Amino acid sequence: MPYLAKIKVTLRQSILDVQGKAVDHALKNLGYRTVESIRIGKYIEVTINEEEIVEAERIGNEISMKLLSNPVMENYSMELEHIN
Amino acid sequence: MSEIIVGVVVFPGSNCDHDTEHAVASFSGIKPVMLWHNDHDLQGAKAIILPGGFSYGDYLRAGSIARFSPIMQEVIDFAGKGFPVLGICNGFQVLLESGLLEGALSRNRDKKFLCCQTSIRAVNCSTIFTTLYKEDEVLSIPIAHGEGNYFAPPEVIESLEEHDQVVFKYTDAQGLVTDDANPNGSLRNIAGIINRQGNVLGLMPHPERANDKLLGSLDGRRLFESLFCHISGV
Repeated sequence: MPYLAKIKVTLRQSILDVQGKAVDHALKNLGYRTVESIRIGKYIEVTINEEEIVEAERIGNEISMKLLSNPVMENYSMELEHIN
Repeated sequence: MSEIIVGVVVFPGSNCDHDTEHAVASFSGIKPVMLWHNDHDLQGAKAIILPGGFSYGDYLRAGSIARFSPIMQEVIDFAGKGFPVLGICNGFQVLLESGLLEGALSRNRDKKFLCCQTSIRAVNCSTIFTTLYKEDEVLSIPIAHGEGNYFAPPEVIESLEEHDQVVFKYTDAQGLVTDDANPNGSLRNIAGIINRQGNVLGLMPHPERANDKLLGSLDGRRLFESLFCHISGV
């Protein structure tokens, strides 16, 4: 039974997020004065065809570290969902 | 004497590959060969250049997908054996993603894609890529990138400086390393770094676009010349 890995990749806090900054400016221009800050990241869905959740989790973590994120400047988090 | 082969890797989305080929071919005794990303054969190259562009559309992160292409497995082995590898712009991004160089490149500080002439200095002239430069000399070499903001954790930056691995820095016209002269927000104005072994160099500026009088600057030429003197044993 496959699993759906929902992976979020975000820039580390110490890295300037210029996209977030640009959108933040746009929202301020639109009058949203209470919007304090914006950080933009990536959301990635990966279907993993594994029977065991442990194995699906291992693969999800491995691909997140290896390709989906760059640990030098990004963090990732993952949620696993069982697909019927 | 037979010609020395220099490989120029072509990824889908590379767009400085032919400029680089042209620059390499302008040296007598050196023959460029184009190496397709899906191949494993380095065709007897004595040095490899990863050119600028937008490999794989810069999807996910610049250089991240190119790093896993078949040819890169060979390039990583080649570098491991001590042969010279030069990464320009997107090629630098690929080298960082490959782990051949340390650090990462994020989006330019001021959000803009920058395409302009910059002043840089070779702050280490004892590498195989920079022997023909002088440290106090200001070079005019263009940049063209959206993600050239060099970042690495503080301990990595310290270690790079300590081991003279920072090779190029952005400067003002007088050669001073100032904040105003920093086009993209790179830490310590870093424009190019080399690995500890001294055979893998990555830089954001484009030496192949400063290789002909017609292009407005010849300052990039000596980078190739230094490298080619090294591989031909001159």
